Amino acid sequence: MLRKKECVAMLLAGGQGSRLYALTSNIAKPAVSFGAKYRIIDFPLSNCINSGIDTVGVLTQYQPLVLNEYVGNGQPWDLDRTFGGVHILSPYEAKKDTSWYKGTANAIYQNIRFMKMYDPEYVLILSGDHIYKMDYDKMLAAHKEAHADCTIACMKVPMKEASRFGILNTNPDGTIYEFEEKPKQPKSDLASMGIYIFTASKLFKYLEEDDKNPDSEKDFGKNVLPAMLNAGEKMYSYRFEGYWKDVGTISSLWEANMDLLGVVPNFELSDRDRVIHSRSPLAPPAFVEGEVVNSIVATGCEVEGKVVNSVIGTNCVVEKGAEVVDSVLMGNITVKAGAKINYAIIDEDVTVSEKAVVGAAKEEAVKVESKTNGITVLGRGITVSKNGSVPAGEIVDKNV
Amino acid sequence: MATTVGVIFSSINEENIPELTKVRSTGSVPYGGRYRLVDFALSNMVNSGITTVGIITKNNYQSLMDHLGSGKYWDLARKEGGLILLPPYSGETETLYKNRLEALKGATAFLRKAKEDFVVLADSDAVYKLDYSKVIEAHIKNNADITMVYHEHELVKSHYYMTFETDKNDKITDIRINPTTGGVQKNYINVMVARTSFLLRLIQDAIQHGYTSFGKDILSPGVKTYNLYAYKFDGYYANISSLNAYFNANMDLLKKEVRHEIYGDRDIYTKVNDSAPAKFADTAVVKNSLISDGCIIEGTVENCVLFRGVKIGKGTVVKNCILMTDNIVGENCNLAYVVSDKNSVIRDNRVLAGCEVMPYFINKGSLI
Repeated sequence: MLRKKECVAMLLAGGQGSRLYALTSNIAKPAVSFGAKYRIIDFPLSNCINSGIDTVGVLTQYQPLVLNEYVGNGQPWDLDRTFGGVHILSPYEAKKDTSWYKGTANAIYQNIRFMKMYDPEYVLILSGDHIYKMDYDKMLAAHKEAHADCTIACMKVPMKEASRFGILNTNPDGTIYEFEEKPKQPKSDLASMGIYIFTASKLFKYLEEDDKNPDSEKDFGKNVLPAMLNAGEKMYSYRFEGYWKDVGTISSLWEANMDLLGVVPNFELSDRDRVIHSRSPLAPPAFVEGEVVNSIVATGCEVEGKVVNSVIGTNCVVEKGAEVVDSVLMGNITVKAGAKINYAIIDEDVTVSEKAVVGAAKEEAVKVESKTNGITVLGRGITVSKNGSVPAGEIVDKNV
Repeated sequence: MATTVGVIFSSINEENIPELTKVRSTGSVPYGGRYRLVDFALSNMVNSGITTVGIITKNNYQSLMDHLGSGKYWDLARKEGGLILLPPYSGETETLYKNRLEALKGATAFLRKAKEDFVVLADSDAVYKLDYSKVIEAHIKNNADITMVYHEHELVKSHYYMTFETDKNDKITDIRINPTTGGVQKNYINVMVARTSFLLRLIQDAIQHGYTSFGKDILSPGVKTYNLYAYKFDGYYANISSLNAYFNANMDLLKKEVRHEIYGDRDIYTKVNDSAPAKFADTAVVKNSLISDGCIIEGTVENCVLFRGVKIGKGTVVKNCILMTDNIVGENCNLAYVVSDKNSVIRDNRVLAGCEVMPYFINKGSLI
């Protein structure tokens, strides 16, 4: 029997995520920590395995070290397979035409041989910067039923935010008649989620044509999708209802973390049927002695201080008399006695020394003029000295 | 470095904790929020550089197999060696093994195949961290035939135990089985090192002589004929010799020094399960407790060890309790000194209490 896979997923994980500033100085956006024990890439990878897709190419380019190590052989997602499984696809050198990935479409184009190894009927294109749970299998079923050449997942967004997205203008039957990338005057509020299913033969054809076009920016949204539309291919929209968040900015990353709080949260991770898998760390349960209210706390933490409305990542220590409010602590962070952290996102391996003050109360901080809406950001590995202070809205990536 | 193979007895001493071993073997008794007892001996072996470990099982070992899987969480899923389950072997006339010696007989094929020079035997009813390679170093230095590890503490009577006397060079001069004298003793912790070939000879000899007890027939008389040496282990050691001991050993983890000794290096390995992080509601009050992933806490929790997926309802007060995986406690309950096995449901408004020396035990899967 010829071995093949019906659907292969390609996950675009090469972006820098420059609007996350210090959080992506040394790591790619999909490797950024989220929700106390996860990394962003856990969501698309878990969605794949939960949708029955066991062959995933992860395209990396920017600062791939942490991401490569994290994905590893794919075992945490049951993606360690003898045929299929997860594969890291980095730009490579060949006899001719070697280059970095020049755009989303070019990245996929350069890996056509990888996809063809599995002789797929369909290719699912994903991006590594969204927090959501989705059954791709249902989307694939819709794609097949419509005999579509390309299906684009979309969801309603508030009209005033629509110009931030790729907008789909659709007919009542769901077919797309126009695709506008970040339009100034959006005609509809249906935003593309950056999730595409292509019939493989069509994808390969249009990628090859796009590659030959010197005027193309090699981008799906700007070039490949409009080209298919102009050629009259069958393009369908697939409506997704549920939680979905682009965590490309500091404030959206903060909000998405806060969406996990509460007994009935905006985004539920505790249900057991669609588990989000991760490379769960080996650490003992959290030890809690202090005051922990409306928060989530990961394993390995030792909390003897006060934690309110916060997300505390693996192996964090909050000493006696320390306070963490309205904040996201990513992992392996020590908050020493008497230190106060307010309305902040703190990256891994940070130490906040005794009586240091980071950020300001949310009500005050939001009034501060900053790139982050007043959220204070501490980059990976830094130390805030004893009695030190970091004002609200600052982004810090070296010791203070 | 000397090469070493490990053997773990996963079922021995089940009689000490019948409540917990009714549905599982000793090695798979849940402990400390997310671990099983076997994790300690097994992680100690892996951390001592041992890459081949045989696990002797007896009955009710489904949950143990489920826990161990291929051994990948201990880096023991290997082409060479790795984790090998040794289910009981019985011939036409034999039945399941009744004691340690018979259990070892069943492991002779495994030991014969092992290329390693030394063997470490360990039980899985204790919580401790010990680098077995240090014991082997001492064993080689002393030119010993067998080295037995002991821990000095007040004698605790259980089903079967052994104490010994040593001279100033750690040579064992006397072995006592089930002694009645109290006080601080050199308690054998059922960790033993020998050359693989020597252990095989002992087993062979025991079969030929029809011996039945490793302690009475081999070790005790061996004091005169063999070079038996003692190795002192002075770290934290908790033997799960009763339900009360189980309760105390869990509660010990609330002490910083014990927690840091056992878990500080993050090298006690266990099966990983992808539960969401623990969630504390705005009504939660938690003091001096271990809270595992997947817990959702809306009530008050004090001096407790909560395993994964435990839910504590609003208005409920839980003090000095050990609640295992997926226990669901309703609203306005009051629990004190309760040890509740997995998957139990405690309905709203229940009041349940044991006491410090006699925790109240709830069977797996109960509805109260």
